[in-house]
Formats: sequence, C-alpha cells, structure tokens
Amino acid sequence: MKRLALIVAALLTLAGCSQPDVPERDSDSAPQKTLTVFAAASLQGAFTEIGKRFEDDTHGVKVKFNFAGSADLVAQIEQGAPADVFASADAANMTKAMDADLIGGQAQDFATNTLEIATPPGNPADIESLKDLSDPDVKVVLCASQVPCGAAAAKVEKVTGVDIKPVSEEQSVTDVLGKVISGEADAGLVYVTDVKAAGSKVHGVPFRDAGRVVNTYPVAAVRHAKDESLAAYFVDYLARPDAQSVLAAFGFGKP
Amino acid sequence: MSMRIEATVLERDVDVSLEVAAGETVAILGPNGAGKSTVLAAIAGVLRPDSGRATLGDDVLFDLSSAAWRPAHARGVALLAQDPLLFPHLSVVDNVAFGPRSAGRTRSQSRSTAATWLEAVDAADLADRRPSELSGGQAQRIAVARALAAEPRLLMLDEPMAALDITVVPAVRQLLRRVLADRTAVIVTHDVLDALLLADRVVVMEGGRIVEQGPTREVLERPRSAFGASIAGLNLVRGRVDGGAVRTPEGLVVSGLSDEDLAPDATALAVFSPSAVSIFVQRPTGSPRNVIAATVTELEPRGAQVRVRAGAISADVTAPVVAELDLAPGTGVFLAVKASEVAIYGA
Amino acid sequence: MPRWVLLPAALGAAFIVLPLAALATRVEWTHFFALISSDSSQAALWLSLRTSAASTVLCVVLGVPMALVLARTSFRGQSFVRSIVLLPLVLPPVVGGIALLYTFGRKGLLGETIDVLGLQIAFSTTAVVIAQTFVALPFMVVSLEGTLRTAGERYEVVAATLGARPTTVLRRVTLPLVLPGLAAGAVLSFARALGEFGATITFAGSLEGVTRTLPLEIYLQRETDPDAAVALSLLLVVVAVLVIGLVRGARSSAP
Repeated sequence: MKRLALIVAALLTLAGCSQPDVPERDSDSAPQKTLTVFAAASLQGAFTEIGKRFEDDTHGVKVKFNFAGSADLVAQIEQGAPADVFASADAANMTKAMDADLIGGQAQDFATNTLEIATPPGNPADIESLKDLSDPDVKVVLCASQVPCGAAAAKVEKVTGVDIKPVSEEQSVTDVLGKVISGEADAGLVYVTDVKAAGSKVHGVPFRDAGRVVNTYPVAAVRHAKDESLAAYFVDYLARPDAQSVLAAFGFGKP
Repeated sequence: MSMRIEATVLERDVDVSLEVAAGETVAILGPNGAGKSTVLAAIAGVLRPDSGRATLGDDVLFDLSSAAWRPAHARGVALLAQDPLLFPHLSVVDNVAFGPRSAGRTRSQSRSTAATWLEAVDAADLADRRPSELSGGQAQRIAVARALAAEPRLLMLDEPMAALDITVVPAVRQLLRRVLADRTAVIVTHDVLDALLLADRVVVMEGGRIVEQGPTREVLERPRSAFGASIAGLNLVRGRVDGGAVRTPEGLVVSGLSDEDLAPDATALAVFSPSAVSIFVQRPTGSPRNVIAATVTELEPRGAQVRVRAGAISADVTAPVVAELDLAPGTGVFLAVKASEVAIYGA
Repeated sequence: MPRWVLLPAALGAAFIVLPLAALATRVEWTHFFALISSDSSQAALWLSLRTSAASTVLCVVLGVPMALVLARTSFRGQSFVRSIVLLPLVLPPVVGGIALLYTFGRKGLLGETIDVLGLQIAFSTTAVVIAQTFVALPFMVVSLEGTLRTAGERYEVVAATLGARPTTVLRRVTLPLVLPGLAAGAVLSFARALGEFGATITFAGSLEGVTRTLPLEIYLQRETDPDAAVALSLLLVVVAVLVIGLVRGARSSAP
C-alpha cells in the first residue's frame, strides 16, 4: 500500500499536479508546506545543501530556490514573483528592496565574502600579488562596477591604491571566471567562494589586503510571504551553527 | 565564317552533325523536345556535350576528345531567345551597348555603336526607355540590335517570334530577313514561313537526330520525314508583283496583303494555308476573294480532315464536305481564299 | 484568403507591437535625453553603429560569394554545406561565442597563428565585429541565395553570349539584378549585428568604448539603473526602425 501511494505521488508530481493532498510519509496530517527562497547566484552551492538540511529538520517543508543576480531578483520580486525569502549578495540590493517596500521584518547579515585573484591553472602570468594586476601586460578582467563583485573590486583598488586597467568589465562573476578558465585573461578578481566552487579549473591567489573589503550577505523575509513564520524561521536558521558550517565549507566568512 | 558541330548529349539523347556555310542561314525545324535548343546551347557554350567537336571559322569552340573548351563569352556566338531578356536595370541604349562595352570599347564608343544598331532596327526613338516600358515587339527588336551590336561571328535565334503578339510577327520577320541576309546564322523555329523566308537551308530534327536536310523549298515541297510532311503543304504561288497581287506566268492572279513596299514586277511569293481555302462546285459570287478554277487530283485523308489537292494548290476540308460536294479525282472545282488570308513577300 | 485569418494575424501583430508599446510607456520621458546622452550610453551607441556597419561590410564581402556558390553551382554535399552555413541562425549566440573563443581566442585553434601575426583579437573591438559577423552572415547568405535563385541564370547566359567575361557578368548583370536581395540581406545583417548580445559578451568581453555595445550596456544598466536601461532599449528600437525604414525608402524611390 505504501509503495502504491509512493508511485501515485510520483506520478502526480510528474504530471505537474500540486501535492498538498498526498499524505506525509511520517503520517503528519498537516499539508506539505513550500518555502520559496530567492538567493544570489553565488549562494547556489551552499544554499542547496542548507535547503536539504532545512527540509529534514522541518519534517516535510519543501524548499524551492531561485538563483540569479541580486539586482535581477529584486526586479523579479517587484514584479510580483512569489518569493518568501530574499538573500542578497550585497547590502545595496537589500536596501533597494527595502526602499521598494518589498521586505517584511529585519534584514540579518548571515555571511561575508572577500575577493581573491583567480588565474588559469598553472598561473601562466605568475601573478603573486594584487600589484601584479596593475602591470599593463597582464590581461585582467573585473566585474563591472554596477554589479556587487565589481563594486567590491573598485573598493579594493581604492583602499590599496593599486590601479587596475581591466581589458573587460564583465556582467557577472560567471563571465569573469569564463574568461579566466578559457585562458583569454591572465587574471580576474572574484570572490573566494567562486574560486572554491570552480575547483581545479582556476587557481586562487589570495592577496594581503583582501580582508579590508568585506562583502556582507543580508537575508530577510519578503513582505506578504505565504507563511511569514516559516520565512522568519529560515532567516533565523541561517545563523545556526549547522548552516554556518555549510557556508564555511563553501568559503564564506562569518558576519 | 562557317560553323561545324558534331555533338552527343546523352542526357537528352541528342546526337547531331551540322554544318553552316559562311553567310548561310540554316533553319532547324522539328517538334517540341526534338533537341533543337540543345544544339544551340552546345554551340553557344552554355551546355557541355558528352562528346564531339565544334569549330567556327578556324577557331575550335570545343573538342571534347582533348577537353578543349572555349567559354561562351569568347565564342563570338550571339543567342537570341524567345524572350527578349533585356537587362531590366539598363536603358535600351545601354542594353544594346552591352556587347561593345564587354569587348572593351569605351562608354561613348559603345553608345554610338548602339545608336547605329538601334537605327538599323528602326528603334532609335526608344533609346532612353527602360525595358519595362516596351511592348513585346519593341523589346524583341532591341534584343536583335543588342545581339548584332556584339558583332557575333554566328547569330543564333531560338524561336525568336514564338512569344510575340501575332500582329507584330510580320514586322519582326521583315527585320530578321534584312538582318540575316549574308549573315552566318541558325534559326530554330516552328513556323514554316520563317524557314521559307529566312533560311537558305532547312534541317529537320526529330528525337535528337537530324532526319532530313536540304534547300528550304525542296524540303517543304517534297518532305521525306514525318515532321517535314506535317508542316509542308503550305500553298506557295510564285510570280511577279501586280498591284496588290501576285501574277504567275500562267496568268493566275492571287491578291493578298503585304507589309513590304513591293516594286511592281518584282518577284514575289503569295503564301496561304490549305485551311484558308474553301471549295465550291460552282463559281462563288459576291465577297471579294481569290477564286481559282482547278481540277481535283488527289484526296488525302488526315484524321478528321481531308486534304484536297487540285494542281499546285491544297485545301483542307472536313469529310462531310467532301461527301456533300461528291469530290473525287477529276472533279472540276473552284478554290476560294480571302485576300486577307494571303501573305505576299518579296522573294 | 479566408476572413478568419485576420484574427490570428491581428493577434500576432499585437504580440509584437504591444511589448514595444509597453516599453515606451515605462520610459521616464522627463529624463529620457539625459539618460541616453550619458557618456557611457553615447559610447555604447557609437560603438554599436560602428561595429554593426563593419560587420555588414564583412557580411557583404563574404556572404555574396557564398550565396553565389550555393545558388550557381552544384556539388556533392551542397545541402550539408548550406545547413552548416545557416547554423548560426538557430544556434544560441552564447554557443557561438564559446565556439569563437576556441577558434580566435589565445588558446584557440587559430590563436597562435594570430599571435604570430602580432594581432590581438581577444577583448578588442575586432572581436565584437567577428562575433556580430558570425551571427549575421547567414542572414545575408539566405536572403541573397533566394534572390539569386529567383532571378535565374537566363540573363547571365545572354550576357555571356554577348561577350561579357564572368567577372563582367557578375558586376554588370548579376549584382544589379539581385540588388534588392542584397540590400535586404545587408539590412537584416546590420539589424542582427546591432542586436547581438550573447556571442559578444561571451567572446569579446565588455569594456566601455571598446567592446561594450548598446545591448551589453542595456543589460549592465539594468543592474543599477533600470530607467536608463529602458531608455536605451527604446533608443535601440528607434535606431533599428530607422535603419529598416531608410533602406525601404531608398528602395521604393529607386526606379
């Protein structure tokens, strides 16, 4: 019987039917809840893992993610996309969301990220420090200043006094990494977490003053979330040691 | 400039051997699909035969045993098709100047050559028009001028009057008569009159082969091939111009229409189709037509029709008419043909 | 034509016009000229016009011979060659960009050759032109091949028998006859080059005045200044409409 129920459930899922009427495995009579989290693209690895743990802890809450650039996410929520939680890659976009009256409750910082130099494997241009990036013969790609990673890079240049002349100012971290991985560029400035996620495809070169420009990741429940208490619970969950250890494993720092 | 071609085109089952003497005009007659246009295409260099050889004067146009091939633009062979195919983006004068220009003449030289040829085809007034502003007959005149302006050593015409309005055909035919005199030329046609008036010699093609050839009158009067027979039989009365008529030495007078200014007493030909001839047992009266007294010499059934031969003249009538008039060899009859059905040409 | 066809036809027209109209309604007209006349916008527009014009010239130089070969010859595998040539029409531009990267990039197939010649393609305006030409070339070939086939070879045969050499036939007969198709192909190519985004961002990068064309600028402005993005979008639409309109006008007034 149990097996049959599972098959029926699977079929219903395949058929795209909503599932609330399917009884829980743990015979909890409450209908299954869904939490929709809009999160910055750089959080994809960590949040997918945290989402699994959250589902286990909450006995059957289904967590759905939408990963994209923070600015895109704000625009989507503004257009009425069904988000319960918004996790931004920078304070600026969270402020934008708050100004647009999209956030219910307080925003909490749950992670930090710093920049690191990424080079193609083997570091063909022998980049050892941030200063090496100012060499005009070195092809450096940065994020455009309009996106968070670019804003952070600009800050690094300012506090260190190193003037980098990039050959390209990319739209996103992915684009910067793409140019580095393909060997078109000798170096790029991206987040520590991005270097980690790229694995052996890039080589990370930490630099001395990286800690002076720290990017904070705020998270908040979205106003008019379907289940405000569940959304608030997820926001709090991110501060727990369990979630923090996952974030650390992906290279994020503590707030 | 004599032309000689021996060629085989397997795909179209064409295998011909043809010769055109310098200054001679040869008409190629034959049913659709006989391979007439294929021969022209091979001579022009537009189609590559599977084997064979062709020469124009001392030049080898192609010799496929040695893979020699002279490209179309270097052959000096102009091809005038059924459609005038005037370049739509060029004015009339620039169309005609196209050949001289391509031969390396300057723009002004080419234009003056073009003007001369436009004059020659009576189309000088059309020089500045666009091809889209011309009638079919005018366009074909310009196409003739354009072909001649290229100073071809051999002129080929592929049914040049087939697409023309029937009313302008005589005038264009007149023009071609003038143009083809003393020119080495090949004309493909369906129309016996073209062969008769334009060609010195006729070649009949059927099924990709030449089945008959000889001087035009000989082929038309004593055809040996099926196609020759089917197109022959046109009534030809040769004599001297007398007013609007042709008078034979025997005293027969046939009135008709002509587009030419014929000098009195010049040699001329009255041409009319057997289907235009009516047969009477008693002399008809009234309407203005040619009436010729004759005696039936032969009855030749041709499907639903019967060809009645009475001396040199043939008439096509239906079988019931033959029965009603009780026609048989030896019957005395009167043959009538309207003057408007008779064409008179200088010969 | 049955009358009911009008209904879906009208729906289709609305489907195209409505989004453009919606775009116009979102423009902040009071700031419109300030938004489109900023330095970065001007640089992007000027770069787009320059590169699109250069790509169009390349499309003519390469596309006309390609169309001639496809329309006027027959050889084994011709339909296969045609499919390959048309591939950029259906290929996602990003894929095109990646393919170009592995061809002209530093580590690409021709990378070393290009290096030896002392040329730098990566991150240069040349790379933008290459990306645009890659995606626009099929438009020229398709448009012109169709016109060549419709025009047929009869005029060319006549020209040859009048003594014109093949090059003369091409210059004085073939090209003038297919001029409408050539013009249509050039306009389509220019418009496609103007709108090119994916291959450019993947292959050429994004740097103001060098590789950041109007579409890239629009996409970047969206991050921080959606109003500017909308204004620039409208500018792009206007430029495209002008180009198409100008050519149409020129063609209909020609004899």
